[in-house]
Amino acid sequence: MTTEAPEAVTPLFEVFVRSKQGLDHKHVGSLHASDAQHALTLARDVYTRRQEGVSIWVVPSNAITASDPALKSDNFDPMASKVYRHPTFYDIPDEIGHM
Amino acid sequence: MYTQAFDIVVAGETSPVADDGDVQTAFLARIARDEKIEPQDAMPEAYRKTLIRQISQHAHSEVVGMLPEGGWITRAPSLKRKEILLAKVQDEGGHGLYLYSAAETLGVTRESLVEALHAGKAKYSSIFNYPTETWADIGTIGWLVDGAAIMNQVPLCRCSYGPYARAMIRICKEESFHQRQGFDIVRSLCEGTPAQKAMAQESINRWWWPTLMMFGPHDSDSTHTGEATDWGIKRISNDALRQKFVDVTVPQAAFLGLTLPDSAIMWNAERGHYDFGKIDWDEFWRVVKGDGPCNAARVSDRVAAFDEGRWVREAAAAHAAKSALSKASLKVAA
Repeated sequence: MTTEAPEAVTPLFEVFVRSKQGLDHKHVGSLHASDAQHALTLARDVYTRRQEGVSIWVVPSNAITASDPALKSDNFDPMASKVYRHPTFYDIPDEIGHM
Repeated sequence: MYTQAFDIVVAGETSPVADDGDVQTAFLARIARDEKIEPQDAMPEAYRKTLIRQISQHAHSEVVGMLPEGGWITRAPSLKRKEILLAKVQDEGGHGLYLYSAAETLGVTRESLVEALHAGKAKYSSIFNYPTETWADIGTIGWLVDGAAIMNQVPLCRCSYGPYARAMIRICKEESFHQRQGFDIVRSLCEGTPAQKAMAQESINRWWWPTLMMFGPHDSDSTHTGEATDWGIKRISNDALRQKFVDVTVPQAAFLGLTLPDSAIMWNAERGHYDFGKIDWDEFWRVVKGDGPCNAARVSDRVAAFDEGRWVREAAAAHAAKSALSKASLKVAA
């Protein structure tokens, strides 16, 4: 590292792209930009060069609150035993047909 | 490209020591189950450091890789070729961004990584320290250099670190266009005038051996690949990838009517592979250690581009601060 004052760190944004009208925006990656408007412009150049999207969201990375990976089993394992939440849990007589 | 990073430890960088047993054991069990590791997960410090080195060297390679080709954008022989090359070089910049972002998830800033490159402390792929002397070199880089890169990068799509694997999937999708456009350039030259074909041949003569070096030292001399393999970062060894590359490239060169500059290339029916000659490892290490034909120019070009862009970054930051301020005062007024 040099002795000069380090350059200010440019804020980080997470980028979400809607690939097609009617579909969800999906996380595609991140980038640095001076502000949200700048982030949108850069996201267009970086993440939609091959028509990957019709709409972009950018969110400051530090605005995201994430679940703790250490609590993964506390959070999500209880659902493993609740198979009755799925339609396939129930037997439907053949005579009834599609339900 | 650029699994060279396993083998090339920057001077002064000590090999990270193993962590306390608990993290290590749980971690190796996850790797054995082929689970992906995500940024907030517990991981051994040595794994984190190896990834930072590998991913940042990879990112630097993408960014420095724009230089040998960028110089030919204004000299491309037609508008079509110019548009294609522009798009390709832009892709490389994007690849650099994906990779810096992946590295940043490990707790380093992009600024610190770029600074290390500019200070000459960080490495990038040896291949970009060779000059692009003719238009045929642009074809050769796409066909051979990007072809070798794809060979290296496809297995990385399955690497154990989630953000790196996802970046590689995106990169591989785009890289395929790079190789094909290169092959297309070389093919056009080979089907052109005798002078054009000679230009293609001369270019292959210069790039063939440096391309084989891109895969890094022989497995027997490669000291870092052991742990990279154990950690699910590196899936296929240097020599296996190099052999695979030779095997697919020899028939392609024959199709084009080009001669690869190695008289030892011969089909070995027993092995089911092409044999090839000895690589000049002295040249490889010379280039890696900074003494290649273009090392100094590449770094100084990067530093100049960064310095000349400073006012743009400062202006963007000033604009952002000013519009944030005026938004805040509007709120107060309301």
